[in-house]
Amino acid sequence: MKRRSLIKAFTLSASIAALGLTWTVQAAETIKVGILHSLSGTMAISETSLKDVALMTIDQINAKGGVNGKLLEPVVVDPASNWPLFAEKGRQLLTQDKVAVVFGCWTSVSRKSVLPVFEELNGLLFYPVQYEGEEMSPNVFYTGAAPNQQAIPAVEYLMSEDGGGARRFFLLGTDYVYPRTTNKILRAFLHSKGVADKDIEEVYTPFGHADYQTIVANIKKFSAGGKTAVVSTVNGDSNVPFYKELANQGLKATEVPVMAFSVGEEELRGIDTKPLVGHLAAWNYFESLDNPVNQKFVADWKAYAKAKGLPGADKAVTNDPMEATYVGMHLWAQAAQKAGSTDVDKVREALAGQSFEAPSGFTLTMDKTNHHLHKPVMIGEIQDDGQFDVVWQTEAPLRAQPWSPFIPGNEQRPQHAVKGQ
Amino acid sequence: MPKALHRLLLCLCLWLPFAAQASDAQDFASASANDRARLLQEWAAQPDPARLGLLGSLQQGRLGPDQPRTLRLNNRLRGLLDNALASQRLLSDDAQVRLQAAQHLQRRAQPTQLGLLERHHAAETDQAVHAALGLALANLQLVAAEPSVRLAAVRLLGESGDPLARTRLQALLEPAVESDEGVRTAARTSLDQVERKLLIGELLGQAFSGLSLGSVLLLAALGLAITFGLLGVINMAHGEMLMLGAYSTYGVQILVQRYAPGALEFYPLLALPVAFAVSAGVGMLLERTVIRHLYGRPLETLLATWGISLILIQAVRLIFGAQNVEVANPGWLSGGVQVLPNLVLPWSRIVIIGFALCVALLTWLLLNRTRLGLNVRAVTQNRNMAACCGVPTGRVDMLAFGLGCGIAGLGGVALSQIGNVGPDLGQSYIIDSFLVVVLGGVGQLAGSLWAAFGLGVANKLLEPQIGAVLGKILILALIILFIQKRPQGLFALKGRVID
Repeated sequence: MKRRSLIKAFTLSASIAALGLTWTVQAAETIKVGILHSLSGTMAISETSLKDVALMTIDQINAKGGVNGKLLEPVVVDPASNWPLFAEKGRQLLTQDKVAVVFGCWTSVSRKSVLPVFEELNGLLFYPVQYEGEEMSPNVFYTGAAPNQQAIPAVEYLMSEDGGGARRFFLLGTDYVYPRTTNKILRAFLHSKGVADKDIEEVYTPFGHADYQTIVANIKKFSAGGKTAVVSTVNGDSNVPFYKELANQGLKATEVPVMAFSVGEEELRGIDTKPLVGHLAAWNYFESLDNPVNQKFVADWKAYAKAKGLPGADKAVTNDPMEATYVGMHLWAQAAQKAGSTDVDKVREALAGQSFEAPSGFTLTMDKTNHHLHKPVMIGEIQDDGQFDVVWQTEAPLRAQPWSPFIPGNEQRPQHAVKGQ
Repeated sequence: MPKALHRLLLCLCLWLPFAAQASDAQDFASASANDRARLLQEWAAQPDPARLGLLGSLQQGRLGPDQPRTLRLNNRLRGLLDNALASQRLLSDDAQVRLQAAQHLQRRAQPTQLGLLERHHAAETDQAVHAALGLALANLQLVAAEPSVRLAAVRLLGESGDPLARTRLQALLEPAVESDEGVRTAARTSLDQVERKLLIGELLGQAFSGLSLGSVLLLAALGLAITFGLLGVINMAHGEMLMLGAYSTYGVQILVQRYAPGALEFYPLLALPVAFAVSAGVGMLLERTVIRHLYGRPLETLLATWGISLILIQAVRLIFGAQNVEVANPGWLSGGVQVLPNLVLPWSRIVIIGFALCVALLTWLLLNRTRLGLNVRAVTQNRNMAACCGVPTGRVDMLAFGLGCGIAGLGGVALSQIGNVGPDLGQSYIIDSFLVVVLGGVGQLAGSLWAAFGLGVANKLLEPQIGAVLGKILILALIILFIQKRPQGLFALKGRVID
């Protein structure tokens, strides 16, 4: 008897609480914004800070009165680094929560997983990470770099005199779609620059690989054959043992520089960077950039991390995908304001040509047709405090080429977003 | 009057080096990027002891010892700077410093430094430095006009075993590059010599990385060899014990940093007892509260320990955050020792191999030479009989489980020095740990030892041939075949009472 009454009491109070909850939600008219980043599993390392920066941006937009007079309401879900779960959670956001827009995904494989859902339900996804290109969906806006906004300028820099004049290339990556496609593009690009196949070595490791002894020994052996550079598309926390091994085996940046495409301030937080000074990374933004917009962005983020008590808040850093998330969300808010609605078709139309003064120090514009952001390219050198020092950058933002001219057959691709490509 | 003039001159002479340095610094600061490179090349060709301080400051991006950091260096300038510094150091009085400089120049000397090297080579009195300078010189003399100089250089390079010498000698095999027949033949002989030496270095390197991977596997699996091997608990939370050990190291590092910064160099040693205590404590708590009730029910144990592992992961994630934490290597665990020209053995790996063997030895002693070990073996072989003889089986279970977890904690300290420390650390080692224990033979410590080193070496022998991804697949396939043929593992427990 006693237990039953307890259950009854509990159900009653739960339903009252639920009622209360729905009531408050309905009271203030809000716009729901979905956030689809892994908060557990292997990718949590990188994606957690994207969720937090998205929440910070929502707070900032709300503090200025929201969009079209309505406040934004975040709906955070955790796809747990599980690729099929991304599709499931994406569908849940679009059909149950009825969000106006989703910010999310890091790995290309998770984006490929949600893509059919967004195209079927006509959702809107903002993808904030540099990737391999070869995609242009009308339901996605890509605020990270395409290969011509990161990989190709980076290799050009390595071949230049200041970059060390490399003539041999060791392409090292994690074994999945992004490194494989990027290296395919790079190989074709290197061929066009007169680099022969015997001077290119391509090596892949599994996700989470932790023992880089053999690979570093092979890099040393390969580098004895002439001026060598390593182009690393190693993803996630494998980078830590890789860089530690480089330092321990005494491979210096002055002899064999490593150019990384997926190593940012966040990844370096776990490493002592003193032996790594001079190794490079190519991005479109670095925390160390000295301009008023970035100073405010970094200060806001540090204050937010402290106020919310985020883990490791005293050493909070910003990085490129965080900036891309921040820029993407502001672009969406501006477009929704301009369209006077959050209807996907209207917002998509308003987004074309929309621009925003970004922390990278440039005013970034969303391309009128190809759904990609125009971005400046920057090459940074690792410093002993875990930050990057920009050693080279483009003078103006570059237009993205999602269909790389270095992959045969891409000439016939349409230059505007089409479903199912 | 002459006296005063003398004094003035003397004063000027004394001031000259400083004046020169100041003007060098100004020259460098006002130069463009290309002029800076040219300036550094000039300094490398004509060293001046007065410039040593300036170059040292430049390396840190400063124009003088107490100037702020204003300079932006890139890899090209950094390389030239290292080279100029090596040139200056050839003037040092310390033979060790000269040797290091000469070794640096072996790899990086520029043609403009030829005259400098020749002068120092002729004047050098120290044997080792003389030889090192000779090699550095030989690299530059390969393009000398005189065939006899080239011949001598080629012969000298043949004895070096330097990986860079191979490429240089290979170029000389072409008649288009090298016109002299005699030099070409000598280059061929020298090349064979160099290649033989490089092969030895390569094989030793592979063997070493195999042993190193083996030691990592051993440290990861040793604790499991007790909890799963001896006690028979399918302990899915074993990986999390490694993780707790690694996080204890992190905690100790933070505490030492805050309260005793002087002892920071030795924090991993302090972390060992802490990690052991933390992991063993958590292990014993789990044993008393959860696992004790599940003995003899392997499926439930598996589920329960798996649940525990998820709880521990999320707990750590809540406390320390989802991101990896920084565990720095102290000075004595960074860098490596150059054994052969193409073989550097990292200190951290050497220490970990030694540490793994020590832990294995201690565990063996504990199990075979102490009262606790005797009790553990008695309980695992025949629980009822042991209980009859007065062995407190419950207590022994708890202590043995705690011991296994504590050893996993020690493994965690070692793993924190070579890999990532994050909430998922344990997940990446749990499969390997089970592999090692099952392959070695459940219940056999020696089996785990052999299995760990065997797997490590096999993995590293396969990796260069077929790549890391295929290598891993092949190893797993081979283990499946092996277990099919011999389910009891490499070493089977012999005896009548096996349940």
